[in-house]
Amino acid sequence: MPDSRDSASPAVAALAALADVFRDEAAQLTATLVRALGDFELAEELVQDAMVTAMERWPIEGVPRRPGAWLLTVARHRGLDVLRRDARHRAKLTLLERPIQPEPDDRLRLIFTCCHPALAREVQVALTLRVVCGFGVHEIARAFLTSEAAIAQRLVRARRKIKDTGIPYRVPDPDEVDERLNEALAVLYLVFNEGYLTSAGDQPQRRDLTDDAEWLATLLVKLLPDEPEVLGLLALIRLHRARSDARFDERGHLVLLRDQDRSRWDHAAIAAASRLVLDAGRLHRPGQYQVQAAIVACHAEAPSWEATDWPQILALYDTLITVAPSPVASLNRAIAVRYVHGPAAALAEVECIAPELSRYRLVHATRAELLRDLGRPVEARLADEQALALTSNPAERTLLEQRLT
Amino acid sequence: MKYMLMFCKSDMDDRRFEAMTEAQRAHLFQQVADWQTEYQSSFVDQGYRLGPAQTATTLRHKDGGVIITDGPFVEGGEVVGGYSIVDVPDLDRALRIARAFPACPTVEIRPVLQ
Repeated sequence: MPDSRDSASPAVAALAALADVFRDEAAQLTATLVRALGDFELAEELVQDAMVTAMERWPIEGVPRRPGAWLLTVARHRGLDVLRRDARHRAKLTLLERPIQPEPDDRLRLIFTCCHPALAREVQVALTLRVVCGFGVHEIARAFLTSEAAIAQRLVRARRKIKDTGIPYRVPDPDEVDERLNEALAVLYLVFNEGYLTSAGDQPQRRDLTDDAEWLATLLVKLLPDEPEVLGLLALIRLHRARSDARFDERGHLVLLRDQDRSRWDHAAIAAASRLVLDAGRLHRPGQYQVQAAIVACHAEAPSWEATDWPQILALYDTLITVAPSPVASLNRAIAVRYVHGPAAALAEVECIAPELSRYRLVHATRAELLRDLGRPVEARLADEQALALTSNPAERTLLEQRLT
Repeated sequence: MKYMLMFCKSDMDDRRFEAMTEAQRAHLFQQVADWQTEYQSSFVDQGYRLGPAQTATTLRHKDGGVIITDGPFVEGGEVVGGYSIVDVPDLDRALRIARAFPACPTVEIRPVLQ
């Protein structure tokens, strides 16, 4: 897919450049202020104010040499103004009057707070994009095809819940880290998938969520270098992105893996990401993201569809189902079964999972393909129609419609 | 014998409370205080008001793991079987104690308003 920023107007390009700076600075700034003030809501409000000021002044004055320090100064002054006007905040006022020093692991605490399991998933996602990646409310709304009012309300609810429920602002205890990290990785993966699959609608002006997901994963690797699942997820994201140019043809139609022009893949990026999977493996704590990355690496390293190492992929799916059983993993395993044991065996497996996943379009699309392989075109057509009825993504719709005509 | 009195309320009760004037609320609080004074000698624990449903977090033991979700427990057939009040710095500490409780698969955690 073409980068929407290339074709955008200069004003949009300038805003995109600002968004990059905000993304690099927002989390650190918020984290610093939350720590200094002990108040998530106020910290976030001050950061937002500082960013609005930057949006007004940077295009005229230029981006300052140290944007983070500039934003912190503006936020601090704004904070002093706000607090002086409100007698209830006396204690906080003295906190802001002292100089504020950023701490190196501040952002990690912030990520764990935003991804706390006591917050609903959609709230974790909105909060992470807003607070950690510096998204504006309008950007989150556009990314998830929701109204700005709905996102704003989601964020208000989140802040209230953090405050009223006593959700802490700290890195979890060592025996809790694994579980809490899974929560953060699930949020990150959802952000990536939302960007990668663009689940509904044509949104050329949409901020590229896959870019933010990769940025977040890179940040997490930097903060937690010895966590193999974080490396696994970063590798998974990079392996997908290395092949994303070949996923659409020049008319914007989706191209299936088997039909993709593999010379358009970024082979250097694929090799680098595959090395990350190996690095993760050396830590000897397997997990779902490492296994998924290994599967994608296996596909990405195959010189052609015909040369794909299907027995290896099937073995990896067996591992995946052990470490993270899910009906979607079983469906993907069935596709590997087709190339190792044939379409009849694969169809038998798909029929087993189908009742559980009857609302999942790919179950029907996969059934359709297997039925066609087995010379049962009438049933195949019916399955394609079911898949089409469940698909909102325009590129996927086109693909399924072609099959039906 | 000891009894725990569980005071239940619905969304409608919440709305009725929100619609009250300051004076009406003060009157109600006075009635509660009078009730507490009258039965003072019978209370082991005078009781507290809990935070609203939006502040609830629920912990469930399931398939050998623990699932933590936003919101109160809602599954049909689940009823409150007992209670403890803990005094800890934050939600994570409360969750740690709740998950270690050996006798119940579902625990709803809500802040106590003081």
